[in-house]
Amino acid sequence: MIRLGALGLGLLFVITVLWGAIQPRDVVPEDPVEKLHLHPKEIAWTHNGPGNLGVLGTFDRKQLQRGFQVYKEICSACHSINRIAFRDLAALGFSEPEVKAIAAQYEVASIDDKTGEPATRTATPADKFPLNYPNEIAARAAQNGAYPPDLSLMTKAREDGVNYVHSLLTGYADAPANWTVPDGLYYNPYFKSLNIAMPPPLAADDQITYADGTKATREQMSKDVTAFLTWTAEPKLEARKETGVAAIIFLLILTGLGYLSYRKVWADIKGKARSNVVDNV
Amino acid sequence: MSFPWAKQYQPTTELGKFMDSRLPLPRFVHGALGAGYPTPKNLNYFYNFGVLAGVALVIQIITGVVLGMHYAANVAVAFDSVEHIMRDVNSGWMMRYMHAVGASFFFGVVYVHIFRGLYYGSYKPPREVLWMLGLVIFLLMMATAFMGYVLVWGQMSFWGATVITGLFSAIPLVGNVIQTWLLGGFAPDNATLNRFFSLHYLLPFVIFGVIILHVWSLHIPGSNNPTGVDVKGPQDTVPFHPYYTAKDFFGLGVYLTLFAAVVFFAPNALGEADNYIPANSLSTPAHIVPEWYFWPFYAILRAFTTDFLFIPAKLWGVIAMFASILLLFFLPWLDTSPVRSNSYRPLNRILFWVFVAVCLVLGVCGGKPAAEPWVRLSQVLTAYYFAHFLIITPLVSRFEKTLPLPSSISDAVLAKYGKTPTGGSGGLGGAAAQPAE
Repeated sequence: MIRLGALGLGLLFVITVLWGAIQPRDVVPEDPVEKLHLHPKEIAWTHNGPGNLGVLGTFDRKQLQRGFQVYKEICSACHSINRIAFRDLAALGFSEPEVKAIAAQYEVASIDDKTGEPATRTATPADKFPLNYPNEIAARAAQNGAYPPDLSLMTKAREDGVNYVHSLLTGYADAPANWTVPDGLYYNPYFKSLNIAMPPPLAADDQITYADGTKATREQMSKDVTAFLTWTAEPKLEARKETGVAAIIFLLILTGLGYLSYRKVWADIKGKARSNVVDNV
Repeated sequence: MSFPWAKQYQPTTELGKFMDSRLPLPRFVHGALGAGYPTPKNLNYFYNFGVLAGVALVIQIITGVVLGMHYAANVAVAFDSVEHIMRDVNSGWMMRYMHAVGASFFFGVVYVHIFRGLYYGSYKPPREVLWMLGLVIFLLMMATAFMGYVLVWGQMSFWGATVITGLFSAIPLVGNVIQTWLLGGFAPDNATLNRFFSLHYLLPFVIFGVIILHVWSLHIPGSNNPTGVDVKGPQDTVPFHPYYTAKDFFGLGVYLTLFAAVVFFAPNALGEADNYIPANSLSTPAHIVPEWYFWPFYAILRAFTTDFLFIPAKLWGVIAMFASILLLFFLPWLDTSPVRSNSYRPLNRILFWVFVAVCLVLGVCGGKPAAEPWVRLSQVLTAYYFAHFLIITPLVSRFEKTLPLPSSISDAVLAKYGKTPTGGSGGLGGAAAQPAE
């Protein structure tokens, strides 16, 4: 009875789903965006370690500091990094007085302790980088309808995010003849809709002057700020990989010992089976 | 435990004797996991995965309890609290990555465990209840994993919750009422997040309870084994401890090494980048996909594209998705072959591997956007999925000519070492297909 019912039910499901399969499909016109869209370029990063495998690797502190400078002098005009506190910058190799000095350049919201009115005060290392706009509506109003997202998590919030950010920053190009870019937007084949509202942020070499004397080519600035944004998205990356190496070494030894004890425990059972074979030959 | 040669618990210390006559907990452990549980001596590495699944659950509970100390189930701050765990909580990043990757590993291990049961016929008499309890655990896991994913309150959390609860709206007449009741509103919002957190904290302990029943019902007939032949006597078994504790410990080491490799070196490889964008009800992601372990079922859900017999396509998809798991409850009665192990079922063995391939490709389809050729491919594979269990399995188990079974586990072990057993019981060729009970 169960099997008869199953047969009926099975036929019902099979016929229904195959009925859908044999329906003619509408011809889907080729998506012009998909044709022009490019996947991020594969770039070697120090935080990806040898072979760019992502297993080992550490941040280049000098590069992170340069990247922070790029962020501060260019990106921060529109984009916040609100998940980062000034104290976190110590991880980039800044000393305590340097962190304090950086924080002192920012104003954060507070309350006037006499009147209780909203006020601002100078930021301390414990504060987070302030938002550029109080909310999305204010941002769009100021940015001609576009919304510059917070960059703290950007390299994790996009597919292949680290390569994506670098590709996007260096990927601005002239639109091909068959593609029209609406007014106020820019052509970038790495952006999902190809038309991005952000004007090319790294417009020319030597747009900024690096404190450490590195030549500020567009490629260099893009790589540096991408490395910095990798750090903002995954500040514990180095601790994670270090812990991982230790954990794997420990577990390999433990597993090896486990295997030896398994062989030893089973020696009498497996040995007996083998010796029986010999006995009877 | 049912085998009469199981070693009885003998308390040796004063404290042991004291406890044994008041609360015989050591006796219980001895009988469940110790020398008091005779186990077939020919279990292969696929039999490690039950223990591994148990360990995976314990890892989820421990890391989850710690995460729960720092997580805030409120739509205004949920996403921020997760990032707070990642950045400011001591080792919070490790707890969260272990929990997120741990969910994937838990499902991976459970899938191997289920397919092992399918291959060796572990669902057959007398283990039907054991099999069904396992399916209950699987269903509870799916609910728990889904709700846990929503807690992050990223884009994929929000839209995943919208899509999955939206399935219930396909039910005629009461669908919308049920969806609203599940969500606590008309769309996923604070009420949804709060109840999901509450249930996500509760269900793992329910799973733990069902696991106790699962293991209890395992210990009545004892473990199945790769030959599928019943245990005949003490020569076929070894005490669980130290033999299988040692083997499981080694297997656990391999598992934890792989687990650590992903947690520490590629923790986001199994996740969706979109879930690092905070939930936004005004912006729908281009492709809403669940986590990989739901992909085959997601493919079945989307495979039904035409209304049929006055039932709308969406409702067909929902019915089929639930049916694809619920039909497994009937498997012990659909597969009537007296031979358990596919090692002695030449035709069914091929069909088993075809089915494995079908499930894998269905998984690939489920992870792709709903476009050709993936839709048509998942339709054909979905048809095969249902045909496999509901049509092919009953027929094959009826007409298949099975290979002769070894007369006992011991004989099979000896045969493996290249020798025909001598011990009088007819040897390899003698045993006819014996009833599986």
